[in-house]
Amino acid sequence: MLLIPCPYCGPRPEIEFGYGSEAHLARPGAPQEMSDEDWAAYVYWRKNTKGVFHERWVHTHGCRRWFNVIRDTVTYEILAAYEQGIEPPAVEIETYV
Amino acid sequence: MQGGQSMKQRYSLASLVKNAFSHHEGWAQALPSAEPRESYDVVIVGGGGHGLATAYYLAKELQVGSVAVVERGWIGGGNTGRNTTIVRSNYLWDQSAALYEHGLKLWENLSHELNYNVMFSQRGVMNLAHNQNDLRALSRRINANRLNGVDSEFLDAQGVKDFCPVIDLRGNGRYPVLGASLQRRGGTARHDAVAWGYARAAAEYGVDIVQTCPVEGFEIKDGRVTAVRTARGRIAAKKVGIAAAGHSSVLAQMAGVQLPIQSLPLQALVSEPVKPIIDCVVMSSAVHAYVSQSDKGELVIGAGVDRYIGYGQRGSIPVTEETLAAICELFPLFRRLRMLRMWGGIVDTCPDASPIISKTPVEGLFINCGWGTGGFKATPGSGHVFAHTIARNEPHRLAEPFRLDRFVTGFTIDEHGAAAVAH
Repeated sequence: MLLIPCPYCGPRPEIEFGYGSEAHLARPGAPQEMSDEDWAAYVYWRKNTKGVFHERWVHTHGCRRWFNVIRDTVTYEILAAYEQGIEPPAVEIETYV
Repeated sequence: MQGGQSMKQRYSLASLVKNAFSHHEGWAQALPSAEPRESYDVVIVGGGGHGLATAYYLAKELQVGSVAVVERGWIGGGNTGRNTTIVRSNYLWDQSAALYEHGLKLWENLSHELNYNVMFSQRGVMNLAHNQNDLRALSRRINANRLNGVDSEFLDAQGVKDFCPVIDLRGNGRYPVLGASLQRRGGTARHDAVAWGYARAAAEYGVDIVQTCPVEGFEIKDGRVTAVRTARGRIAAKKVGIAAAGHSSVLAQMAGVQLPIQSLPLQALVSEPVKPIIDCVVMSSAVHAYVSQSDKGELVIGAGVDRYIGYGQRGSIPVTEETLAAICELFPLFRRLRMLRMWGGIVDTCPDASPIISKTPVEGLFINCGWGTGGFKATPGSGHVFAHTIARNEPHRLAEPFRLDRFVTGFTIDEHGAAAVAH
């Protein structure tokens, strides 16, 4: 069980949260002008990082607010949690093969 | 014969009797251990069931020259050895039904084909309906299956009880059973034996199966793959096929190929062994629970996926709790069973819950991934069509719809309803 530090409510068990996958994906401003390849890249291509990963969570059974988490997807250690719309804090990057 | 392997013996009743006289000390090693050579015509990355089956069909049916399988750990140590061994082909869409049914037909003769007992047992797979909506969805799928020549029939509640007497139709009021679909040709197989059988048979056709050989990168020249860099040295290759399940994205990114895959931990668990109590497979996608009994007597129980990306090969407790709660409602007499082991495997889920069997933007590089929560059943069919795709450098007829570029063209194949585990 993950203990997820909601920036608004503090640490809570993972069952209170919903998952939003990869963070910092900006919706393109003019999709009608994009090629199918670029649209597919926005909709489907994902980093699926093994290692330190920036991801979105929502505190569904709490404040119901979205925020970002930096988590190691191998050890499941949570390195940081921060509000949406700000630059992610710097963390030590562990790499795996 | 390539690789200097000695001819292995055929397994048969006669060889069993013969070896009994020498106290079973004369059996030859089933799988020779291979060192990687400097170059191969085809290198398969990933020594699970899919990769080994691919190598087997490449070597046996398609004249592609030398073939190697490189595996970072040991063969069948990933999802092949971690799944709940269920085999069926009752998928909704024409493309999927054709692909999975192709696999099921290969299963039916696999032990004979490989000269290795994969213990394929067509004991019947039931998918339960718990509400009116489930009933409608199941009926639609049963009709679609029958139109595609896939055996599938509807059981009403009494039919479910007759087929599987230990089930409690009331589901304690929480998961009442209103009916089920039944695929009688579905069942289970011994998962390790599938990897071992394919490996042994592939090695006999000259395939080098190199274990403890993690891939660290690919060499790509003018848009064409030329070599695989591994922890045990560089291996030149004319063609490379990736069959790495949960690690597909990691490997594809080494070659600069983007995938729509998300790797999630999927859990399973087994109970203490008991006398035969359930002689079929019962699945309920609505409550994320499925159960069958192994030949050792353990109940094999499949749970749901964790919702978040993870490579840790373990899952979280709430997921197993939810599954076991549902199992206990449907099978009240299982409540007193203790669970012996639980584990997780990393499944490569695709947005449309269908696999990717495809060429990639890199010439000579092929990928087979995205099987998500249900790849085991497809092992023979997957390997077969992937081998053809690699050998002919164009998609096999059955693999054609499962191209990677379907996410660009929009021709996705939505099988979320037929996948056992929601994701």
